[in-house]
Amino acid sequence: MSDETATMAAPAVGRAALHTPTRGRAARWYERLIELGLAGCGMTSIVVTIGIVVILAHESKDFFAHVGLGEFLGSTKWTPIIGDHHSYGVWPLLSATLTTAAIALAVAIPLGLLAAIYLSEYAAPRTRKIIKPALELLAGVPTIVFGYFAITTLTPALRDYIPGLSGGNLLSAGLMMGVMIVPLVASLSEDAIYAVPQSLREAAAGLGGGAFEAIRKVIVPSAWSGIAAAITLAASRAIGETMIVAIAAGNEARFGFDPRQPGQTATAYIVDISKGETPHGSVAYQTIFAVAAMLFVMTLIMNVISHRLSRRLRAAARA
Amino acid sequence: MKITVKGLRASFGDHEVVKGIDLAIPSRQITAIIGPSGCGKSTFLRCLNRMHELVPGASRAGQVLLDDTDVYADDVDPVLVRRWVGMVFQKPNPFPSMSIKDNVVAGLRLTHRYDRKDAPGVIERALRQAALWDEVKDKLNDPGTSLSGGQQQRLCIARALAVNPDVILLDEPCSALDPIATARIEELLLEIRRDYTMVIVTHNMGQAQRVAEHTAFFLQGELVEFDTTAALFGQPRDSRTADYIAGRFG
Ligand SMILES: Nc1ncnc2c1ncn2[C@@H]1O[C@H](COP(=O)(O)OP(=O)(O)OP(=O)(O)O)[C@@H](O)[C@H]1O
Ligand SMILES: [Mg+2]
Repeated sequence: MSDETATMAAPAVGRAALHTPTRGRAARWYERLIELGLAGCGMTSIVVTIGIVVILAHESKDFFAHVGLGEFLGSTKWTPIIGDHHSYGVWPLLSATLTTAAIALAVAIPLGLLAAIYLSEYAAPRTRKIIKPALELLAGVPTIVFGYFAITTLTPALRDYIPGLSGGNLLSAGLMMGVMIVPLVASLSEDAIYAVPQSLREAAAGLGGGAFEAIRKVIVPSAWSGIAAAITLAASRAIGETMIVAIAAGNEARFGFDPRQPGQTATAYIVDISKGETPHGSVAYQTIFAVAAMLFVMTLIMNVISHRLSRRLRAAARA
Repeated sequence: MKITVKGLRASFGDHEVVKGIDLAIPSRQITAIIGPSGCGKSTFLRCLNRMHELVPGASRAGQVLLDDTDVYADDVDPVLVRRWVGMVFQKPNPFPSMSIKDNVVAGLRLTHRYDRKDAPGVIERALRQAALWDEVKDKLNDPGTSLSGGQQQRLCIARALAVNPDVILLDEPCSALDPIATARIEELLLEIRRDYTMVIVTHNMGQAQRVAEHTAFFLQGELVEFDTTAALFGQPRDSRTADYIAGRFG
């Protein structure tokens, strides 16, 4: 209805058109309604986030009252259920989380960055049109598929080359996670590289720089804050990834950074304990929230860094 | 003659914009190219250092001799041509990821000729030549993009000079600048003109007359007239030249 009034009002030139009575209250209410609806959608995610923070804080408060931050961060033994004496040192979970994330990034950063460079600087428009959606399709594969692939195919294959690789191990899980993250790094880095002004490419060419030198010394550095944002986002994805590590990493909470050994990441621990029959309100139950709070803080830090960097990128692009 | 152009044609797709140009550009002088918008000045200029071919779909025919070498010969590497024939663009384009001093030596870095020991000397010499040294000598580590537009353009000139080219192509280097910044650049061009061969595209008749020994007038992809600047502006032989410099079209 507002469309109709708009087209009717359009030909009328002059101030009077602005006061057309039909385009008064009804249309304004309509727009106000849409605005409110959209604001509501936006609020939902904020409300949910706040809810999560409150629950995490509340439940882990009880945990830390019982265990203490000193033991949580100071001990390398994590036996919240097993045995008579329970230990709550988070380091076994942290070491597995960091090891798998580091392996994943060691795969995803170079591959993703090189793919991005290829797509934006070398690929013909037709190739680009095929490869980019294919890459994004890879990003849509459910992670449980990667997890099963890691344990049924990758680990057996790697065992031929790496003696002492145990059945569930950090290496396969990390590598698979890396493959999973490649599209994220590639896609975001490609956007950043693509946004580098053509005039800089011309300047580099005009100075007698070869294509690869220009990419290395001018184009990638110019896109750096965008690429760094992609990398930090990838890191928080790696830290938070659950399914692959829960399936392929072995699920043994042992402290150590040897990728051939099994391990249990923070996320995998949460899955593990959540499916058991841990009594509500017990310390073991509260560990879920303490570990989740730690994960939340880690990814929050990563996201803040990523956000800062992309803001700097936008500021630089405007300059 | 530094550059000899013979029967040069250039197109974007099947749209021919440079239609058979012969021109001899003298050594260690400034040659201006004037003409109405869209007549192919930039395209012509970009054929001289093989930048034209970087545009997808672009093509070219005819010869460009640098000294006596055909820059389009099969065994010539276009990247090497651009080391001898540098370019300054219409919009100042310092590298935003680099400091002032890194911008100056960017060309050396890009071509593997950077030497840490020589760098300070190269930087100072290029910045002095570009009449920028006094303004930036205390902040060489600031980002290149922190300078004013005119300073940025002089930085780009310093960057082009630092790689020691034979020829410098300038495509409307002052069109984004105010009159004072423009005057400074003209001054600097006059100062260095005995050391380099320069070709400058300009829409500013005054600028052509102030800096250039020779001027070429282009119209719709053709060379209408080429002469000493004094003669071209004083007694144009072609009526179209006369009309253009009198401001009757374009
Ligand atoms: N990248 C391009 N792709 C397709 N056509 C182009 C391209 N660049 C220029 N042209 C066309 O080529 C013709 C000549 O352009 P050119 O830039 O050489 O003109 P010019 O004389 O430099 O103009 P100006 O004074 O406005 O800079 C114009 O018709 C223009 O539309
Ligand atoms: Mg032009």
